[in-house]
Parts: sequence; C-alpha cells; structure tokens
Amino acid sequence: MNSFWSVFKRELKSYFTTPVAYVFLVVFLFFAGYLAFKQGFFEARQADMRAFFMNLPLLFVFMVPATAMRLWAEERRVGSIELLLTLPITVIQAVLGKFFAAWFFLAIALLLTFPMVVTVCYLGDPDVGLIITGYVGSLLMAGGFLAIGCFFSAVSKNQVISFVLAVVACAILVFAGMPTTMNYLSMFLPGGLVSAIETMSFQSHFESIQRGVLEFKDLSYFVLLIVGWIAACSVILDERKAA
Amino acid sequence: MITVKELRRSFGPIVAVDGVSFEVEKGQVLGFLGPNGAGKTTVMRILACFLRPDSGTATICGYDILKDPVKVRQSLGYLAENSPAYNEMTVGSFLNFVCDARQIFGKQRKQSLDRIVPMCAIESVYHQTIETLSKGYMRRVGLAQALIHDPEVLILDEPTDGLDPNQKHEVRQLINKMAADKCIVVSTHILEEVEAVCSRAIIISRGRILVDSTPEKLKSEHKCSLDEVFRKITQTKVA
Repeated sequence: MNSFWSVFKRELKSYFTTPVAYVFLVVFLFFAGYLAFKQGFFEARQADMRAFFMNLPLLFVFMVPATAMRLWAEERRVGSIELLLTLPITVIQAVLGKFFAAWFFLAIALLLTFPMVVTVCYLGDPDVGLIITGYVGSLLMAGGFLAIGCFFSAVSKNQVISFVLAVVACAILVFAGMPTTMNYLSMFLPGGLVSAIETMSFQSHFESIQRGVLEFKDLSYFVLLIVGWIAACSVILDERKAA
Repeated sequence: MITVKELRRSFGPIVAVDGVSFEVEKGQVLGFLGPNGAGKTTVMRILACFLRPDSGTATICGYDILKDPVKVRQSLGYLAENSPAYNEMTVGSFLNFVCDARQIFGKQRKQSLDRIVPMCAIESVYHQTIETLSKGYMRRVGLAQALIHDPEVLILDEPTDGLDPNQKHEVRQLINKMAADKCIVVSTHILEEVEAVCSRAIIISRGRILVDSTPEKLKSEHKCSLDEVFRKITQTKVA
C-alpha cells in the first residue's frame, strides 16, 4: 500500500511541477465552457447541465489521452522505469499508482468546472441529483479513457504514437454509439450485432447515467473497462519494461 | 551474500547472458569487466529483478530473485547505467520519493538524509532540479538513491562513467569506504578502476565468464598490465 502511495504522490506532484497541469487545465476548462455555451447553455432556458455534459465525451477523446500519454512512454524513454521498478515496488502497484494519480488529476479538472454549477443554481432550481450523476458519469468515462491511454502509453516509447493510438481507440468507442454510426451499420449488419456494438460503446452507458439513473450494467461496464485495460497495461509493461 | 546460478538470457537471436554463475561474499568488491555488449548490464538488471532470466536463478541475502523480488529489492541498492532519475524533480524531493518507496519515514528518514547527503557531497544542489545538474552530480544523486537505505548489497553499473578524474576518485573512495561491511558489485570497462577498488575481478565476454580471479593474481600470472591481460583474454578466447 505504501508503495502505491509513493508512486501516486510523486506522479500527482509531477503534474504540477511541470507546465503539463496548467496547460491542460486552461485548455480543458476553456473548451468545456465554450462548447457548452455554443450548444446554447443559456438559450435553452433550462436550469440543467445537459449542454455541458453532452460535449464531454468529445473533449475527453482528445484531452484524456493527452494526460495519459506520458505516464509510461516518458518513463521508458528517459529510463527512469529502471529506477522505479528496481525500488521495492511491483509492476501492478506502479501501474495503479500512476493510473489513480492521473484519474485524481482529471477529477480536479472536472471539479474546477464548478462555476457552471454555480451559474445554474443561481439562475434557476436545477435537479442536483442529475448534476451529481452527470459528474459521476463523466468521471467514470474519464477513467475508462485513461485506462485505454495508460495501455497505449505502455505500448510505445514514443508519446506521439501513444497519443494517436489512444485517441483512435477512444474515438471508436465513442463514435460506435452515435446514432449516425448506428444507422449506417444497420444498413448491412444484422440487428443483434448492431445493438451489441451499441452496448459496447461509451455513448449509451454515459447517456443513461446522464439521465440520472445509476444502473449496475452501466457501472459494471466502466469498471470492467478500466480493470481490463489496466490489467493489459501491467502485462505489457512487465513484458516490455526493459526493451 | 550473492549467489548466481547458471543465469541465461537472450534477446531474440542474441544470447546476452550464457550460463553465468558466481558467488560474492560480504566484504568483497567484485569488478565486473568486459567489452561493450558483453552482458554486464543484463546480469546486473537480472540481479536487480528488472529483467527475468530465461533460466537459472540467483539469491541475494538469501532471497530468491524469482520468488521474492520485492524482498531482494529491499535489501539491494542499485545504480543503473546513466543513473536515471525523474528530471523535473528537485534532488530533495527525489530522495524523499525514494524514502517513501523504501518506507523510510519520520526520524529514520531525517537520519538517512543527514547521513547520505554529505556522504555523496550533494548539499549544494539539494534544492536544484535534477535536469539542471551536471553529469557528475547526477551520478552522485543516483548513488545517494542507491545508498539511502544502507543496503547490505550494492550493485553499481558503471558508476564512474562520464565523470571527470576528480569525481572518479571521489566515487572510488566512497566505494572503498563502504567495502568492509558490504557486498559490492561494480561493472566497468575502466581497468584502473579495478585496481583501485576491486578485491576480485570477473571478466565476461559474449555472455560467458572467462576469468574469475583477483586483479593482483591476473597481473602476476600474465606478467603484464591489466590492460594487456584484458585484451589477451577477451580477444583470444572468444575468437
């Protein structure tokens, strides 16, 4: 447990000792706000945050892999992985430490969007439960993307390659659930297969959490996704750490 | 304290380590010599549990590297080639991270830091970020990291590579100071270093041990300098 915390602490600190955190936060907060207003946050004249949450998947497709890409690629390029994994720390502790540090960082980023909540509460009388589940869903989605990014960061020493691969993987998972994709696929795929693809995508699970229902199937989807990619990340890292 | 049995490891078609066995006792400083690509680093990485051997095993302080890797790493100080570190951290926060990872807390941490920082002569750069340090200081920070928990076994991969003559001298003095109550393995291809610090020398080439002797014996047997001994052994026996 101590080893986990030492990795977690170091990693989280390193976001803030380098410009990474500040650049990320500024860009993320700007676009999170910009996209929400562009969707008609005020024009809708409704005291809810739909316009805000609706755009998060698209934003996360780019932003989360950007935080994840350095996790292992950097470590392997500089060689500090040899230091890290010759300290009394196991691969799985190191992977989890880094993952949770990055997730915590994303949670901070999400938390900093609080002015939107304040605005909505000031202007109207929103359903607080909906806002909370909205944030829970967003955090889970960030975790899912992060686990994918973490895996691809361990695949390549090159951060650009890790980033591009992670963006593609995340984009596939988001766009597979978009109505346009579904319509297109249903032209030549049997219905069962199309709905199977839909349930595998982020979109349907994220949206059902957005509606304010925390169902077991949605939670388990995200948990399985995170556990699966993290496990794959540890396996590949153990295999390739010295390469 | 270190027992190595028939280690073997290959990378694809290249056999890096081919059946290496040796033992090192407390109080010995073993010089691990060999040309570039001989397999020195691979053996050391296996001992530090960073790489897994294809076959064979080793024990360090009685712990098996395959069964008890975490215990091995606890009792071991390891300085990797080029002493990698987290460049964006300051020396102080880096050493504190290592203490965290090695579970040295509170009073004990203060004592360890008070002991190690002057010992490695890094007081003047304690608050500097690592990326701004010169090679010599970086190496000393690496040494501090490896020594902070006062390990019984020390594995140093080319600890003086890239240092200026004064710094080399200091590192060697440091090793000599610790030699009596530790078990130290030093890899190098600088032969004067072997004479200066090692009580025993193993020459390895293409993954095999060619000679296991002491520097004095080698010199008297071959009646020439270590340089020539090294050339004779690594060039003739392999060809």
